[in-house]
Amino acid sequence: MNIDQTKPLEYGTHKNEMNILGFWIFLGAEIMLFATLFTSYFIYENRIGSGPSGAEIFEITPVLIETIVLLTSSFTIGLAINAMRLNRTKATLWFLAITLVLGATFLSVEIYEFIHYYHIGVTLQTSGFTGILLTTLGTHGAHVTFGLFWGIAIFLQIKKRGLTLETANKSFIYSLYWHFLDVMWIFIFSFIYLKGMM
Amino acid sequence: MEFFERFALPHPDPMIYASMVAIVVVSIAIVAGLTYFKKWGYLWNEWLTTTDHKRIGIMYLISALLMLFRGGADAVMMRIQLSSPEMEFLNAQHYNEVFTTHGVVMIFFMAMPFVIGLMNYIVPLQIGARDVAFPRLNALSFWMFFAGAMLFNISFVVGGSPDAGWTNYFPLAGNEFSPTVGVNYYMWALQISGLGTLMTGINFLVTIFKMRAPGMKLMKMPMFTWSALITNVIIIFAFPVLTVALLMGTLDRQFGTALFTTGSGGMDMYWANLFWVWGHPEVYILILPAFGIYSEIISTFSQRNLYGYKSMVGSMVLISLLSFFVWVHHFFTMGQGALTNSIFSITTMAIAIPTGIKIFNWLLTMWKGKIRFTVPMLYSVAFIPLFTVGGVTGVMLAMASADYQYHNTMFLVAHFHNTIIPGVVYAMLAGLTYWWPKMFGFKLNERIGKWAFWFNVIGFVLAFFPMYLTGLDGQARRMYTYSESTGFGPMNMIAFVGAGLFAIAFILIAYNVFYSFKHSPRNIGDDPWNGRSLEWATHNPVPAYNFAIEPEVESSQAFWDHKQKKHNLFKGKISKIHMPNNSGIPIIMAGILFVFGFSFVFSIWPAVIIAAVAFFACMIYSSFENDQGRYISEQEIKETEAKFGGDSK
Repeated sequence: MNIDQTKPLEYGTHKNEMNILGFWIFLGAEIMLFATLFTSYFIYENRIGSGPSGAEIFEITPVLIETIVLLTSSFTIGLAINAMRLNRTKATLWFLAITLVLGATFLSVEIYEFIHYYHIGVTLQTSGFTGILLTTLGTHGAHVTFGLFWGIAIFLQIKKRGLTLETANKSFIYSLYWHFLDVMWIFIFSFIYLKGMM
Repeated sequence: MEFFERFALPHPDPMIYASMVAIVVVSIAIVAGLTYFKKWGYLWNEWLTTTDHKRIGIMYLISALLMLFRGGADAVMMRIQLSSPEMEFLNAQHYNEVFTTHGVVMIFFMAMPFVIGLMNYIVPLQIGARDVAFPRLNALSFWMFFAGAMLFNISFVVGGSPDAGWTNYFPLAGNEFSPTVGVNYYMWALQISGLGTLMTGINFLVTIFKMRAPGMKLMKMPMFTWSALITNVIIIFAFPVLTVALLMGTLDRQFGTALFTTGSGGMDMYWANLFWVWGHPEVYILILPAFGIYSEIISTFSQRNLYGYKSMVGSMVLISLLSFFVWVHHFFTMGQGALTNSIFSITTMAIAIPTGIKIFNWLLTMWKGKIRFTVPMLYSVAFIPLFTVGGVTGVMLAMASADYQYHNTMFLVAHFHNTIIPGVVYAMLAGLTYWWPKMFGFKLNERIGKWAFWFNVIGFVLAFFPMYLTGLDGQARRMYTYSESTGFGPMNMIAFVGAGLFAIAFILIAYNVFYSFKHSPRNIGDDPWNGRSLEWATHNPVPAYNFAIEPEVESSQAFWDHKQKKHNLFKGKISKIHMPNNSGIPIIMAGILFVFGFSFVFSIWPAVIIAAVAFFACMIYSSFENDQGRYISEQEIKETEAKFGGDSK
């Protein structure tokens, strides 16, 4: 295996480079997925039937908490990758752990939000609007959930094997995924919540 | 007992029971045969767990041919039913099921795997690579396609087939009008195989971007590889739309959402939009690789460089862009207003321009060429005029106001078969015949192949051209019968005869495989067609490592210039080669997905949850597995090369 010493560890081999390019292409597909969901959301936004509208159900507090927590986690995963580049395994693990805790916090608040919706009678079945709202939020939430398990797997692998060509490559790809979820959340925050509350 | 009643057939019929028996008998025969000849180990080690792009390609092709016969049987049943007025061969319900499964099987489970199978086999060879970028992911893609195909195919014996058309428009496909589980099958079969296709797209883009032989710049790639590149870009952008549409459809049917309904703020026309935002690019996902294959074949058998290489690439890029801006032409009559219709009318007609450029390029490639009329070339030559007819009727359909006359008539059916059959199916048959020696080391018999070709062309023309006429006269598609006074009888009888000839063509093709396997000479050398691109620079059939020495390329006709201008392709010397290990994980994950899909179709939630957990467990297992692949030693390569006659390539 040819290891290119001039590049960061995660780009060290041809295989690693291909993994990263492949993941960027995957993110392209993910952008299309969320773009379709957002388009659908805009189409159903005012199709509320006899159910409530966004302005009636959105509450700023939990949404703000979710936003702050997720944005912070994007910062900490950035720090984790920075620590990885400096070859500091322990710091990498710590920042990764903080990221995962923040991700779990985000998810807990989102689950609380969903339970709240359920109690005020907003479910998938209420109207076209609530259906697509919960589908879009749910798809994002499912991505975060998947990301948490993925992150735990990577945490364990770094702990066991240290920062190798493989684990560095996986961590870097994971950070791309995590940043991507954050970007999608910014769109959700702006175009679903803020727009809905206006 | 209520639990078991779900699996019962809603519309039983002696033919379906006969099929059930046939399925059971064939399955037992396969299992018994494998056990008797002690082939389980061979099957598992050499095929089911393989990560070799060539074997995966062949498995795609076998599946595609099987599905071709399944979809073909559906087609023949429809033609029998319509052959004369007031026919009572199929009732309305069965006719609905048959045209639905015909469409889905032919598009998703015949054309797609055929295209992807040829890409799998040929693209790495054409770019001088040893495998695709992610071999294990490639195997997972195949097995997910296969799981989806099997899920779809068991629908007609367990629970009932989908019956809302291959376009599956809501609200017809909603619970109210399609109460059986049929449409659930549609949702999950397509979801599973569609995700597999998306992964294929990622895999091939990385392969083409990162694994080309030294010297092969993008503009020196063979045209089929170019078409594969553009096709995979379309896959990346189009398939996520289908994923969302299918998810929304599933939510509507199984979780009671109001997305595609007419009440509670639902939007019943939105499915059609989502479906065709994916569906129209999908048409080009099928036809662009076909264009690539024709480019290879026409250039090879005219013994000339492809005319207008750059304009070929440019026109494909243009087609791929336009393909995302035409979807509304599938429902001009849905009432979106004159302005919208006009815009989509113009974008649709615009596609004729890049397509026309390609047609002229092929003609000019043949101009003054030394043409050899082999079977692949015959298909390519027949393609040009027939496809042009299909294209021109497409422009007719693109005129929004005139479309009110043709919409959902047999004219439309004739049009799209006229593009798909001479376009995609002939390309697949031509490509299969052309690359057959590459895969198996012998040629298909030319004489039988030519008979099949003529049956194919004459059968096609007889089967579909009458539909243009009855369509203009007002025969609606998807109607299971018509009265004698309509006067559609004679034309439909001609179409039935054509379908019969068409069926004979495919039987001849199947017979040709059998005949050639027994009688064709094996000493055809490495370059039986006097080829031009890199896939012919290695042995027939291709050794596991593809090329003993990595080729170095100087022109877009790498192998031709190697022969004619004495370009040296193989400058290095043999050294050990890194190869991926086999893995059972892909087939196991796809098996789990099959269980997941089946349980979801019938809303058996405990099984759904168990399957989902098992699926993620497989992913975690895979992640922790430390698989570094294996090396083929220098010694072993030299021995293999010696077997092929010494000259190490």
